[in-house]
Amino acid sequence: MSAATGVRSTRARRLTTGIAAELGMIVVALLFMFPFYVFLSVALKTPADLAASPLSLPTDPAWANFADAWQRGGLEQALINSAVVTALSVAGLVVCGSTAAYLLARRAQRLSLGLYLVFLLGLMIPLQLGMVPLYQLMRDANLLQTYTSLIIFEVGHQLPLVIFLYTGFLRALPREYEEAARVDGAGPFTSFWRIVLPLLRPITGTVVILSSINIWNDFLTPLLYVGGSAQQTLPVAIFAFRGEFASQWQIIFAGMGIAILPILVVYFLLQKYIIKGFASGIKG
Amino acid sequence: MTLAQAPAPAEVEEPPRPRRGRSGAARVARIPYAFVVPALLLYGLVVLYPTVAGGVYAFTDWTGRRVAPTFTGLANFAELLAAPAARSALKNTLLIALSTTVLQTVLGLALALALHSSLRSRHLLRTLFFAPALLPPVIVGFLWQYILTPQGPLNEALGAVGLSALQQNWLGDASIALASVIGVIIWQNAGLTMVIYLAGLQGVPAELLEAAEIDGASRWQRLRRVTIPLLIPATTIAMSLTLIGSLKLFDQVYVMTGGGPGYATETLSVVMYKEAFVSGRYGYAAAIALVLTMIVFAFALVQLRGLRRFEVDS
Repeated sequence: MSAATGVRSTRARRLTTGIAAELGMIVVALLFMFPFYVFLSVALKTPADLAASPLSLPTDPAWANFADAWQRGGLEQALINSAVVTALSVAGLVVCGSTAAYLLARRAQRLSLGLYLVFLLGLMIPLQLGMVPLYQLMRDANLLQTYTSLIIFEVGHQLPLVIFLYTGFLRALPREYEEAARVDGAGPFTSFWRIVLPLLRPITGTVVILSSINIWNDFLTPLLYVGGSAQQTLPVAIFAFRGEFASQWQIIFAGMGIAILPILVVYFLLQKYIIKGFASGIKG
Repeated sequence: MTLAQAPAPAEVEEPPRPRRGRSGAARVARIPYAFVVPALLLYGLVVLYPTVAGGVYAFTDWTGRRVAPTFTGLANFAELLAAPAARSALKNTLLIALSTTVLQTVLGLALALALHSSLRSRHLLRTLFFAPALLPPVIVGFLWQYILTPQGPLNEALGAVGLSALQQNWLGDASIALASVIGVIIWQNAGLTMVIYLAGLQGVPAELLEAAEIDGASRWQRLRRVTIPLLIPATTIAMSLTLIGSLKLFDQVYVMTGGGPGYATETLSVVMYKEAFVSGRYGYAAAIALVLTMIVFAFALVQLRGLRRFEVDS
């Protein structure tokens, strides 16, 4: 065999293994996607279709399931509630988190280092331990069944993650801009607002993405605080929905489809940033 | 949670530097502690105070009625070790945490290695494998609850491909319900581990792998001796994240099985929730939560030390 044909056959072999690997991964991915197939096909089935086979494709797509779920499930209000709670909590997190991290990153004193460690502890402490005392605080303050209770909770609960992200970023950020502003006579608040906050934009993006997803999907505390009220968020509404529609799985799945649609749309638009945010290995 | 490194600004977008000179901390205005006050107030209110209060209530018979609780010493903990629900929850919590951590790390690494390659479909496949990690756990729980019903799609699919011997009452049979729950958790979160490893793989220099190949290292040797040791930081992050998350597991279990059948899938978080908000036994619930907290801290310490040592060795 000449050298040339040897090279060609190695190439050919590489190409075949490449194609085999590609096909293999696609098969794995299809198996992995099976639940999504079930999700979509059940959401589009008529009760008769579903009774005949949970696995088959819908014979005639029952789009009415979505309208049904939307009208009967009170999902519209839940969608608004989730949007309000998430947006306000994230805004609070960006403000409180960035200012606190600015101090923690820039003042190398025993007190500020100690405070930083206290905040980091929050990454580990299970919320279960404080769950009852906090619930009672909210009840005694008459805040149960309000947006306020959830927003206060979500900001406090996500702060360790946010402070961790901001502090790490700030420690690597050069101080020259702030020094220049100081020379020009700017006080700490002015230079934070005018100089530092704009420089934090990349990490603020990560903070917004991670905390939005964590808060949007949160279930346990919202169930306790706003469950059964007009203020309930989407996961809580879906939980109630499942109880209400018991075995009408096609309606339940249509309702769940409506609930995850915003997440999927945002994911496909911003997937590069979302994946990058999660790749840092942080999740609240 | 993990004490990983936050992404440094340089990775994201280096801001243009102004003229140097007159550097040094002394020149920067002392930042007043007022900056940290709002965060500290909220964190104190939501995390610090309730956690400490819960830790104290763990040693009382508090029921939440307006009667002062009495101090009962270790009675709650003794009950926890004797009660079938709590004992089962303790065992299940540890089993879930260990098995998801190991399996999800292996699966996430395998996916990352397969998709850190020249496959044409790699971007699409990454997007697909990561998607479940973004879904609300409640919805994932209900989705799988349906898939795993005895007459559900999974059993029908197994029957259709001639594997009817494998059909099970996935969530109703006490001997496999826990394994089903673990499977669901891994399905949802494997993509997260994959994404962490993909980021880690970008830090493995191609020249190093090429050099090893020239030296005659086989594909397996390159993986074992070059790639995996360089992935230790990513492994630390991925494993701590999975471990701590799965120790606290609540949502999927609560909606899929509620802890049943019997106590087969109880976790500490689920038992704690029921004791507190169904039975109103706040003191006992706090004791369960305190045990959970101790377990989380113990695991976090062990894992941090173990992986640090491994990092130095390899």
